[in-house]
Amino acid sequence: MKNNEKLSYIDSVHRDGTIWNLAMMVILLLFPVALCFIFDATPSWAGVWRGLLATAPMYWAVGVVETVTYIPMLGVGGSYLSFVTGNISNLKLPCALNAMENAEVKAQSEEGEIISTVAIAVSSIVTTVIIILGVVLIVPLNPILSSPVIKPAFDQMLPALFGALGVVFVSKNIKLAAAPVILMLLLFVFVPALNAGTVGIMVPVGVIFTLIYARILYKRNWI
Amino acid sequence: MEFHINHPIIFVIVAVIVAAVLAQSVYFLVKAVKRAKEKGMDMTKIKKTVRSAAIFTIAPAVSIVIAVISLSQSLGIPLPWLRLSVVGSLSYEAIAAANAASGMGKSLADFVGNMDASSYISITIVMTVSIMVGIWLVPVLSKEIKNGLVSFEKKDAKWSGLLQNALFLGMISAFVGYVFCDIGRLWQSEGGIFTNSKGEQFTATSGLVPVLVMLISALLMVLCGLLMKKLKWKWLNDYALPLSMVIGMAVAIPLTSWLGGAL
Repeated sequence: MKNNEKLSYIDSVHRDGTIWNLAMMVILLLFPVALCFIFDATPSWAGVWRGLLATAPMYWAVGVVETVTYIPMLGVGGSYLSFVTGNISNLKLPCALNAMENAEVKAQSEEGEIISTVAIAVSSIVTTVIIILGVVLIVPLNPILSSPVIKPAFDQMLPALFGALGVVFVSKNIKLAAAPVILMLLLFVFVPALNAGTVGIMVPVGVIFTLIYARILYKRNWI
Repeated sequence: MEFHINHPIIFVIVAVIVAAVLAQSVYFLVKAVKRAKEKGMDMTKIKKTVRSAAIFTIAPAVSIVIAVISLSQSLGIPLPWLRLSVVGSLSYEAIAAANAASGMGKSLADFVGNMDASSYISITIVMTVSIMVGIWLVPVLSKEIKNGLVSFEKKDAKWSGLLQNALFLGMISAFVGYVFCDIGRLWQSEGGIFTNSKGEQFTATSGLVPVLVMLISALLMVLCGLLMKKLKWKWLNDYALPLSMVIGMAVAIPLTSWLGGAL
């Protein structure tokens, strides 16, 4: 008990987050194991191997880069939660950024840490509840949500989200934003391999480029 | 026990895992709010954050439900429900499932109404193991990264602030670039029709839809900012982002019928 009292908030987040995340990892890995026992079946190991070979190296590499890139933006508590609940770039991170911007707190301060964690936790709870509702009501919802009339709206969720979020951050940092935005525009327009499926890989590229560019501007006193 | 992709027992197991994830979110929320109270933070700020995060999340969460529905045709409901509630993301899961199916010499469509337990478990393993990086890497790296950033802040506050903005802008710039990725259809089409490497066809002007949607939602956000400043509508602050996003999404419907999409 005394130890707990001495632990800072951030340290206790690290301790609790580690326990939660490792426990969730074990539970998730036990899911296919449980299915094997319940249905008395074994996986096709050759199929698993080939499937992993096609998927895992890229996902693991992207996963490592994403983790390093997103932790400074999400904060500590937000990172533990986001990497369990998923949907980071399309939901949790924009939600945390918007919350910190509205609350006028710095990401590295403890206030920023608290606001980001609250936003991500609420977003995770709401997402989980909406998915549960979607699963329960899948029969009546299916014709509505799969309707070709509504489909274009959900196809354009990311442009609508990043238009609204982007204008706030870009307008406040025009000098810093100009070069990375132009670079990404040119890359996405003229490199055919870059599309919706590869945008996740381009986030770390954009981040590294912007960091180098920011350092140059800073060193030359241009910003 | 006879296997079925929508077997009640799979629903029960997934429900238990999803409940655990929900418990983690509630735990972190309570912990953060408790700390905010201890620090004497302005609790209206916390309430506003809760409200605005909840409202903002609705539209993206509905799009996740749509992904669950589309994956459910071949994988049943519980597996996509699990994958998109825990660790997974919209962009990753469909690719992971397709790769797992092709590892068994099939496509996902081949499994519609025809999934056996062995294939289902194989797909589950591939989808689970492939995505399992951040969940253990955060405990390994977050302390070091956080300490590094805090010492940066102490040493050079100006550079630390710039670094944070550079991180945000780097991510945003990638998504802004992505919005323009199909604009090349304008000059790569023949007779107003663009055909991609998979043989799928789109109207030449379809690549303009995301660009216009982005511009409209950006303009709406600027308008919200002006209303907040000029008319002192401070309440709009919590709703500006979700409002601009949802109206932008809604405008995509007439824009798509005007400029076209997939043929």
